Amino acid sequence: MVKCEYLKDVYIVKISGDIDHYTSEIIKKEIYKNTNRYIKDMIMDLSDVDFMDSSGIGMVLGRYKEVKDKDGRLALVGVKGNMERIFNMSGLYKIVSKFDSIGQAFIEWGIYNE
Amino acid sequence: MNSMKIIFDAKPYNEAFARLAISGFLLYKDPSINDMEDIKTAVSEAVTNSIIHAYDNEGLIELSCEIDENKVKIIVEDFGKGIENIEIAREPMYTSKPDCERSGLGFTIMESFMDKIEVSSIVGKGTKIIMYKDLM
Repeated sequence: MVKCEYLKDVYIVKISGDIDHYTSEIIKKEIYKNTNRYIKDMIMDLSDVDFMDSSGIGMVLGRYKEVKDKDGRLALVGVKGNMERIFNMSGLYKIVSKFDSIGQAFIEWGIYNE
Repeated sequence: MNSMKIIFDAKPYNEAFARLAISGFLLYKDPSINDMEDIKTAVSEAVTNSIIHAYDNEGLIELSCEIDENKVKIIVEDFGKGIENIEIAREPMYTSKPDCERSGLGFTIMESFMDKIEVSSIVGKGTKIIMYKDLM
């Protein structure tokens, strides 16, 4: 459901399956479960998400607030279908960036994946 | 004309069940992926609202659906607290639980993903949401 890894000090969170009110609480816990490291920049990869309702907005905004408190950044990759409509409706893109791929996020952020 | 009705516990893990039930029921109509996604999302929002807001402890949610030609009518009903002011509840970004990481966009999404929605509620009796969509 949630796979996390560091790439160049950026915390990559890959979510799969459904994001709803029930799973968003689980995902939230899973994101921080196996790490004690300081998380500043985070990329959420949503390309394997099968379904998302408005619970996804709160889940993303909650993580945005956490990284922002540490002057970090949050980006989304792999946004598609109704997910895109829901994020657009919410005005989320005013504060959270969206990229086509993790590679593109690294370029935009000035981090190079060697 | 084809119809179904299911009753289940207002528990968060039944949100996925409600989505699967409605998509399973509609399957024989061979709806477009977009229509199916829209309906699943709207049902998920309505059911989640009942799960979060209707009951302090346990309660039931009734999900029913009628299909007539390409016209789909879905009813999500609970028998809980009800909504005092439906107009305010339907406003985008309104949430009665601001501490819960909720966006307050549930009704907005139901309205934009379905053709029409009707909300009725009686305080202390429950809330009923009727949603309509014509399949493409």
